[in-house]
Amino acid sequence: MSYIAKPKVSHPKLPRNKLGLTERDYEGSVSTLCAGCGHDSITAAIIRAVFELNIKPHRLAKISGIGCSSKTPTYFMSQAHGFNSVHGRMPSVTTGANAANRELMYVGVSGDGDSLSIGAGQFIHAIRRNLNMCYMIENNGVYGLTKGQFSASADIGSKPKKGLANQQEPIDAVSTALSLGATYIGRSFSGDKEQLVPLIKGAMLHKGFALLDIISPCVTFNDHEGSTKSYAHTRQFYHHVIDMDYVPPAEEIKASYDKGSVMPIELHDGSKIVLRKVDEEYDPTSRAKAFKYLRERSNAGEIITGLLYINEGRPEMHDLMGNVDTPLSELPLESLRPPKGELERILRGYR
Amino acid sequence: MAAVNDVVIKIATVNGTGSASANGLLHKAIFRMGVPVVGKNFFPSNIQGLPTWYEIRVTGDGYQSRSNRTDLMVAMNAQTYAKDMAEVTPGGWLVYDSTWPRGQLLDRQDITVLGIPFSKLCNENFDGVRTRILLKNIAYVGAIAALLGLDLKIITQLLEETFGDKKHLVASNMEAIRLGYDYAAEHFQCPLEASVKAMDSTKDQIIIDGNTAAALGCVYAGATVGAWYPITPSTSLMDGFRSFCAKYRIEPETDKRTYAIIQAEDELAAIGMVLGASWMGARAFTPTSGPGISLMTEFIGLAYYAEIPAVIFNVQRTGPSTGMPTRTQQADILSCAYASHGDTKHILLFPADPAECFTTAVQSFDLAERLQTPVMVLSDLDIGMNDWMVPEFEWDDEYVPDRGKVLSADDLDQMDKFYRYLDSDGDGIPYRTLPGTHPKGSFFTRGSGHNKLGGYTEDGSEYQEVVDRLLEKWETARTLVPKPEIIYSTFNNAAILTVGSGNGGCKEAMDRLASKNISLNYCRVKAFPFSEEVKDFIEKHEVVYVVEQNRDAQLKTLLMLDIEADPAKLVSLLHYNGMPLNAGFVVERVLAEIAKGRAA
Repeated sequence: MSYIAKPKVSHPKLPRNKLGLTERDYEGSVSTLCAGCGHDSITAAIIRAVFELNIKPHRLAKISGIGCSSKTPTYFMSQAHGFNSVHGRMPSVTTGANAANRELMYVGVSGDGDSLSIGAGQFIHAIRRNLNMCYMIENNGVYGLTKGQFSASADIGSKPKKGLANQQEPIDAVSTALSLGATYIGRSFSGDKEQLVPLIKGAMLHKGFALLDIISPCVTFNDHEGSTKSYAHTRQFYHHVIDMDYVPPAEEIKASYDKGSVMPIELHDGSKIVLRKVDEEYDPTSRAKAFKYLRERSNAGEIITGLLYINEGRPEMHDLMGNVDTPLSELPLESLRPPKGELERILRGYR
Repeated sequence: MAAVNDVVIKIATVNGTGSASANGLLHKAIFRMGVPVVGKNFFPSNIQGLPTWYEIRVTGDGYQSRSNRTDLMVAMNAQTYAKDMAEVTPGGWLVYDSTWPRGQLLDRQDITVLGIPFSKLCNENFDGVRTRILLKNIAYVGAIAALLGLDLKIITQLLEETFGDKKHLVASNMEAIRLGYDYAAEHFQCPLEASVKAMDSTKDQIIIDGNTAAALGCVYAGATVGAWYPITPSTSLMDGFRSFCAKYRIEPETDKRTYAIIQAEDELAAIGMVLGASWMGARAFTPTSGPGISLMTEFIGLAYYAEIPAVIFNVQRTGPSTGMPTRTQQADILSCAYASHGDTKHILLFPADPAECFTTAVQSFDLAERLQTPVMVLSDLDIGMNDWMVPEFEWDDEYVPDRGKVLSADDLDQMDKFYRYLDSDGDGIPYRTLPGTHPKGSFFTRGSGHNKLGGYTEDGSEYQEVVDRLLEKWETARTLVPKPEIIYSTFNNAAILTVGSGNGGCKEAMDRLASKNISLNYCRVKAFPFSEEVKDFIEKHEVVYVVEQNRDAQLKTLLMLDIEADPAKLVSLLHYNGMPLNAGFVVERVLAEIAKGRAA
């Protein structure tokens, strides 16, 4: 039950990060999701990422909509502020929160129903604004809490537990985001923590809208034979085209890489991500090429993963608006009023 | 009947032809002559080509509402000649463009028809189609100036203020004024019996619309985040906020903005943004109208239950559905009072005019933060978009905003543990923390069932404890919201009770009824929940005429629901055709009730 707090068992030898916190300190309440749910693996990857990034928990805001995925912010970072909002409306709450306080780190957790059906409008408009946030879609192709209806990400031909196979075109979050100009787009799999953790780190530190589409099988309603979002199907058709490593600020790139396939990119805070291309042809800085590649591979039935697109050059929402650096919520109200006596002068214009 | 400083002028034109500025010029000129004036714009939901009317009531007595007379009709739109002529009050005047003969169309014996060849005059004197159309409007201002005896010096001065350095525009506009003025002066007896004589009754008054006033209130309240989706008649509120911010919210050292205006994809997103920003501690607001409120209701329920401040301006228009988007009404009272599913109720504030829009806007942020709940300011199209003459706004530089119960990092440092929904002061209002302040202040904001500690719950008694506490907060709100305006005349059993823009029409009606020896007491509610004073007022009277601008007696319903007002006492006088309330309606209905044997 999510209201049962996890007992904090102290292991003196647990590794601590630069803030002196252990990974356990980044945990939340006990998950109430089904045993084996992909979402719990993603929660674990988030915890690992924020622990390793030395994030002060109270300087991060975790926001969600409604659905199984949207329950997960209770399962990580109990010392972070959370906002479990309305179905499909996580992006607007995050937009307003970020508009008011640009200094916090924003992590939005959503699902395929939450983002691609009821909340499709808010999802795409947050991208247009290049809202500075990490937006995760925990994608299982079904509605779990209402017992297994297909969502808009269900693939053509995918079979439900009961009833007929899906015949409608799926909405692919990655190509949607690519077409709308999201500035950091990754896809991964809940079962691939090694790939997922650095992707999350990069997404959190990227300045702008970072989308992670994470295939996260629903063990109860969509993990059977014939489903294209099952563990077995995902493992079989899953391809890394581009992997990444995260290198903190002021650290050297130590690992040795094959020449030609390596691409280091510096993030705004001085940290770096090193992209390792598994497929030499792939260019994660070209929207057109990325789009073509994704289409071709997805038509061939492959699930393409990794950091699929990155653009560190586009200004985020506040810079597009020309806002002050100080969070608006921290400006003293007195400083926001016209000067003393000014009302008299303003009203003269209405005489 | 029309008389000196008691004249109603109505100008019929085609929208999109620039008549709005001509009408504004006329309105302002009379005001500058020191004569109180009421302006009402009746415009179509359209950009160009449909009929539009502007009504100017010259009221030496200083009444605030429109009149149901038309003394001088300026019929500039051939499409509506017949209707416009029929509307002129017997004994009145009709001015029309006599460039083309109108024959029998203008046949009415009980009025005086004055033909002025505006098109011909302008075609002879100006070049260019657009210029001729624009200046034709200015020419009728000139003709009216002659007919009513307006001061040409004031008109010249207003044109100079409008056009500033563009001297050629002042000259061409003055030429057009002269064409109309001279033609009227030469051909007719000027001024008419109904005319305007300078007074000294507009000192310390301004002419402003409610949306601009509310926008200025938001600036003074320190609002930093405005999220909205464009919708008539609320759009000019955000336009106003934007232009004030462009002037007063730019950091001089960096040239950067200390405000964020976000044009949302729809009203669902607009309110979501407001809640996100308020959750972070900014003063945030959204202006909208009825259809927008409908879309916002799910989030409004969350804000009520999760206790997040929000300021929502609902500039009401005529519903249901798209309805008549450019006409006024007060028909969202119930849908706002109980917006959302489940047990919810919300604080409503009812400004009566633009001056109150300014003060109410500031107050709405204080109340929203004090009570940690949405506050809706219910204005309407009449208040929001029409130019009203109101007293100059006052601002106390000593004003200290009420940010409510927000714990600082120091407070949290000294606390053992923070629980979001504990009522430690017994007023139903818990303490809140702002994200990012302190690790101890973190909590989970949710619309799902929660207990008084802030934890998730599906336990009935834990759930009920929280919603019962919200009722205690509601009672605290009752003591904090603005008190009604109450006027007792002489001792009597009957009273008028109204809300918002009903104010002007009702007060004028009371004067008129008093002249017939019917004196009524008066109560104008300024907020929901209703304060004790409203309850006492109703209890004191045998009959209370509830005047409101909707079909279903929504205010009356709310009085019955919230303070259990006795329905037997409440007599509804309902005005809901989309036009602003006029005193004549109230007088007529009250007299009809009295004729039926109702107490006066």
